Amino acid sequence: MDLVANNLSYKPDDQYHLNEVSFNFKEGNLYTILGRTLSGKTTLLKTIAGLLTPDSGEIEFDGKNFLKIPVWERNVAMVYQQFINYPHLNVFENIAFPLKQRKIDQSIIKEKVMDALKSVGLLGYENRKIQELSGGQQQRVSLARSLVKNAKILLLDEPLVNLDYKLREQLREEFKNLFSKGLADETILIYSTTDPRETMELNGEVIVLDEGKVLQVGPAKEIFENPNSLKVAEISNDPPMNIIEAKISDNQIRFEGIDVEAPQHLSKLTEDGLKIGLRSSDIELNENGHEFEVELAEISGSETLLHLKRGDTKIIVSIEEVLNFKIHDKVKINFKIDRAYAFHADGKLASSPFGGLNG
Amino acid sequence: MNKLYIFLKYFFIVVWTVFVVAPFLWALTTSFKDFQSVNGGVTYIPWVDFEPNLEGWKVLIKSPAKGGVDIIEPYFNSLFVTCTASLISIILGTLSAYALSRYTFKAGFVKNNDITFFFISQRIMPPIVLSIPFFLFLSSINLLDSLTGLIVVYIVLLMPIAVWIMVDFFNKVPREIDETALIDGCNPYQAFLKVVLPNSIPGLIVAGMFCIIFGWIDFFFAFILTFTEVQLLPVKIVALNSSVTPWWSLSASALVSVAPLIIVAFIVERYLSKGNLSGAIK
Repeated sequence: MDLVANNLSYKPDDQYHLNEVSFNFKEGNLYTILGRTLSGKTTLLKTIAGLLTPDSGEIEFDGKNFLKIPVWERNVAMVYQQFINYPHLNVFENIAFPLKQRKIDQSIIKEKVMDALKSVGLLGYENRKIQELSGGQQQRVSLARSLVKNAKILLLDEPLVNLDYKLREQLREEFKNLFSKGLADETILIYSTTDPRETMELNGEVIVLDEGKVLQVGPAKEIFENPNSLKVAEISNDPPMNIIEAKISDNQIRFEGIDVEAPQHLSKLTEDGLKIGLRSSDIELNENGHEFEVELAEISGSETLLHLKRGDTKIIVSIEEVLNFKIHDKVKINFKIDRAYAFHADGKLASSPFGGLNG
Repeated sequence: MNKLYIFLKYFFIVVWTVFVVAPFLWALTTSFKDFQSVNGGVTYIPWVDFEPNLEGWKVLIKSPAKGGVDIIEPYFNSLFVTCTASLISIILGTLSAYALSRYTFKAGFVKNNDITFFFISQRIMPPIVLSIPFFLFLSSINLLDSLTGLIVVYIVLLMPIAVWIMVDFFNKVPREIDETALIDGCNPYQAFLKVVLPNSIPGLIVAGMFCIIFGWIDFFFAFILTFTEVQLLPVKIVALNSSVTPWWSLSASALVSVAPLIIVAFIVERYLSKGNLSGAIK
């Protein structure tokens, strides 16, 4: 049973929330919608759920016009980024709610709720009040409530974003296990996130969304290796990919008085306005490298993010260890230039080290 | 420091209690006094300070022919009008408030906030302004001097309070809760009844309390819109006044008229102390 959308547009004010969005989601697959805040992710999920009606376009599910079916008959499930549960019901009643709504036999409800509680690791919490649970536990309850329905379409709207770092890691791992267990072969799983790392870890089909427009569709690996534009490269990397305005001539990449030998996949690009893209992890500290000035050094977890500057060029370098730098320190760095991307002046990908649009 | 704190706490509690209870004590003792005892200086202890008698209370149930003012019928009239009008106001007000909170209305320049303001504006006007149209309206539909007429008028007065309180309350209940209910298979009516309403009980109680209080204490409209057939308690109590101020029967009637409000307050307080008013919605 496929979920097919054609040219969905939604423009409640003077800005597009969805702009001609089309897709074809197949059952048994995981789709990740990657985009920054306000890119239209929630709007898209709400449109699929039926909470919003698009201004134009069509959605079909299982060959039927989905827009004609009201929310409560669509058999979708949704987990919000805010931990939404029913505050007047306890954990068990919360998870049982959608089943009671279907008038299912009491004993079957009990069995299913217990199964769901077990799969989210909340056995023994069934009589607790929602308000007594931590944020992570509340989110598990709403996940359990959406799992218990065996919905054909499961929507997860940035489910981890409001959790603290450690819980996020833990829950992300559990999500992955749940999904890979083949949640249900007939389920279409749609997961929205702003976090590129999450996207890569979930390893599903990725839809990159920006200002309501689909920028690129493809497997996570493909998006990572061959982003089709500057914008996708920015959205799908955290920290965003470094963009350096450079000129290539005589087989040399030149910027800010630095000459680097151009790798083969870039050597033929001699146009004006070329932009070189390099991930922060593809730059390393090196005694014999080029000198940059430290603007800011932030330590995040076990890595250090160095914000560097030379002339008008600003770059971010991530180093896999905790190092202390002072502002205005001079550091020397080397570029792993064979992993560099090139983008045309209009932002389109010109060449990628992984073979996208070579030359 | 700690002991001082405890001392001060109980000190203020005692002072406050005296402050609150004293008027009731005064009214209670006065209601059992007669003319001599009232004018014989400050006295509080029955049988010692003064000889208690039931004259003040008897006046309230004696028929006018025997020199009393029979408040039993007005009392039940008041209870009936207040409760019925409050109940209808709460039901209509809650439904309107939910619609105003969740759906967008637009008619020319009139939008949701204007409609909400329209409801509140009914309470801005001084009663005297409203009394003329109310009088003409009730007389044109033959409901002057009737319980039904009073209920209609009280609904007009009380519903704005319910709308005003409940709009604010519903705005604080996250929309996502309704949406989740829809996704979980509720139609919009079920979502309202099964999910939104149970989470709005604190708001309903507050709104209900205000409706009952404002309905119960109204004198003006009860006075203007009724004559002989139907009378409400506040109007009847005023009839007690004569050339000699009957402190004893005034005290007795004050106590019986405040009683329902005290009962309501106790019920709400019970509910409050169970912690049910807090923490429902984060």
